Amino acid sequence: MTEVLIKVEGLYKVFGKTPEKIMPMVKAGESKDDILANTGHTVGLKDINLQVEKGQIFVVMGLSGSGKSTLIRHLNRLIDPTEGKILVDGEDVMKLDQKSLEEFRRHRMSMVFQRFGLMPHRTVIENVAYGLTVQGVDKKERLAKAQEWLETVGLAGYENQYPSQLSGGQQQRVGLARALCTDADILLMDEAFSALDPLIRSEMQDQLIELQEKLHKTIVFITHDLDEALRLGDRIAILKDGELVQQGAPEDILLHPATDYVEAFVKDVNRARALTVETVMNPPAHRITSSNIEKALQQMRTFKGDYGYYVNDDGYQGIITQKKLEAAAKAGSNTAIDEKLYEDVATISPDTVLEEVIPDSMESRYALPVVDDKGDLTGELPRSSVAEVLSGEQEKGG
Amino acid sequence: MADSNWLIEFPAMDRSDLLAIRKALDGAYKEFSRSYGDIIEGLFDPLLYFLVWFEKLLVNSPWWLIIAIICAIVYFATRSWKLSVGVLAAFVLIGYFGMWENTMRTMSIIFVCTLLSIAIGIPIGILMSRSDRVQSTITPMLDIMQTMPAFVYLIPVVMLLGIGKVPGVIAVVIYAIPPVIRLTNLGIRLVDEEVLEAARAYGANSTQRLFGVQLPLALPTIMAGINQTIMMALAMVVIASMIGVKGLGQPVLKSITNQYFTLGLFNGLAIVALAIVFDRVSQAYGKRTQKHLESRQS
Repeated sequence: MTEVLIKVEGLYKVFGKTPEKIMPMVKAGESKDDILANTGHTVGLKDINLQVEKGQIFVVMGLSGSGKSTLIRHLNRLIDPTEGKILVDGEDVMKLDQKSLEEFRRHRMSMVFQRFGLMPHRTVIENVAYGLTVQGVDKKERLAKAQEWLETVGLAGYENQYPSQLSGGQQQRVGLARALCTDADILLMDEAFSALDPLIRSEMQDQLIELQEKLHKTIVFITHDLDEALRLGDRIAILKDGELVQQGAPEDILLHPATDYVEAFVKDVNRARALTVETVMNPPAHRITSSNIEKALQQMRTFKGDYGYYVNDDGYQGIITQKKLEAAAKAGSNTAIDEKLYEDVATISPDTVLEEVIPDSMESRYALPVVDDKGDLTGELPRSSVAEVLSGEQEKGG
Repeated sequence: MADSNWLIEFPAMDRSDLLAIRKALDGAYKEFSRSYGDIIEGLFDPLLYFLVWFEKLLVNSPWWLIIAIICAIVYFATRSWKLSVGVLAAFVLIGYFGMWENTMRTMSIIFVCTLLSIAIGIPIGILMSRSDRVQSTITPMLDIMQTMPAFVYLIPVVMLLGIGKVPGVIAVVIYAIPPVIRLTNLGIRLVDEEVLEAARAYGANSTQRLFGVQLPLALPTIMAGINQTIMMALAMVVIASMIGVKGLGQPVLKSITNQYFTLGLFNGLAIVALAIVFDRVSQAYGKRTQKHLESRQS
């Protein structure tokens, strides 16, 4: 699944009366402030290059005024660029005439807005069906479909209410249902959850993640909240003053910020919630493969520490301490490792969020074994690394 | 003339020059109306036929039928018993005081004028809302139409079309149309940008945006404009009676010239009653179409 669906190349946007004339100045690298002072033109976006893969949640992160909302509006051409290429599925969006552009918006992309953008004079179900109304789908069919999506987002029973009668969170669910109702494969979400209070926001994030697991849409998500970006994004692009300063996987951004600007951002992030076990775990060094107690003891002496993870062909089995092994060897009644020797330690999965494993890792005197879905040991998570990452003192470039 | 007096007296243009300008303009317009008056009058014939037909319909139908129809319309538009009963009482009183026929004439002309104003005004308002250039050209014209004394534009209309119903309707429409245009323009411009953007993002074309989003959301404002237009049309009825529009205006005019205070008062009150009925009904109807504004959560 690494097919590129949206490709933006050398995108520039200058706001003002004669943007074309200003382009040479922008390209010569003059600063945004100088250009504004000298010509009265505002540089909105500067040399944006990005690729969004199919099925990905691509998050564009930036503070207000960074041009993120401008950028997302270029994708469905609510705003026309001054220069640059926008390719969707290999098709140049810039070459579409008005009619084909409307068709394109109807079927390929749908959008969720910060302040919801619901039509106050239409009922909830009519709002959800709006995309289909525009397409000219007949009433019975579109209402049936809208009903389905309304149920999916958990708003059954609100069909005939007006948007103003719903709470903010409910209104945005309507917005989401409206976006999904057209079956467009690309979803543009412009600060979709920013206007909601924190509890509702995280609820909506959960819902989006859950929906995405089923639907595999390609989502371009705009936010000013790095926590949100890290939580949702498969890939994150950070925008500052109309320029992309860094692009990468969430943990890349978090652990290896490219510029001081990004670093300043990253500093305040709740890492425990943003990072998964996989990104901070160590490779499994304390691995014991022999089922023979004597040989296991020998193996254990080759590495640091007084315990190890016993692994056989069926995958991870349990933690064994040196003490117990030695005691068992002395007793000599049994030469093979058996279940009675295992310590009582919880295993954790590699995609668990760090926050959830903190209690376990603090309680346990051993590094926690990280075990994937197949039951194989993929790593170990010592208390010290958890503490290190959370205190933000991890060495750079490591 | 240009002696040292110019500091004290305004150096006005020569009287004979002024006279020449007036003569030239009046002459040209007279020439124009003499050669094209008939053709232009012909263009308005359908309007005249409709006016006459509608007036006859209202005047010749039995009074109880008219009252029943009006009360039914009021009830269906407002769903309010109180208002319907009030309207019933107003019309019964008007009839009892012998003003039934004139009231019907006035109603017919107001109805036609309002329809015309809406039919012409809303499209102009829409055009204005779409382009700042159109807005800045039309706005001063509307200002002129609203502030120019109504008698002044009665003159060319009468010169062109003579006296009668059609010139009356034209004068009333000129006077009453600005609010519809202004408020249609304003209402559309006030539609929430994000809602409109949402419509665009889902691929709505400009017709779908206009009829599906802009007009419905501008409707309360447009209704306020229509309401204003009706009120202004009613106010104009008395002036229009000077050029032969029959109705409640004529007795008022008669009572001014003959100093019949009571006659003037009665007919004036009948106009007020009509105004109140039109106002309440159009407002209540406008409100009822905005169901979504009710029971708003805080």
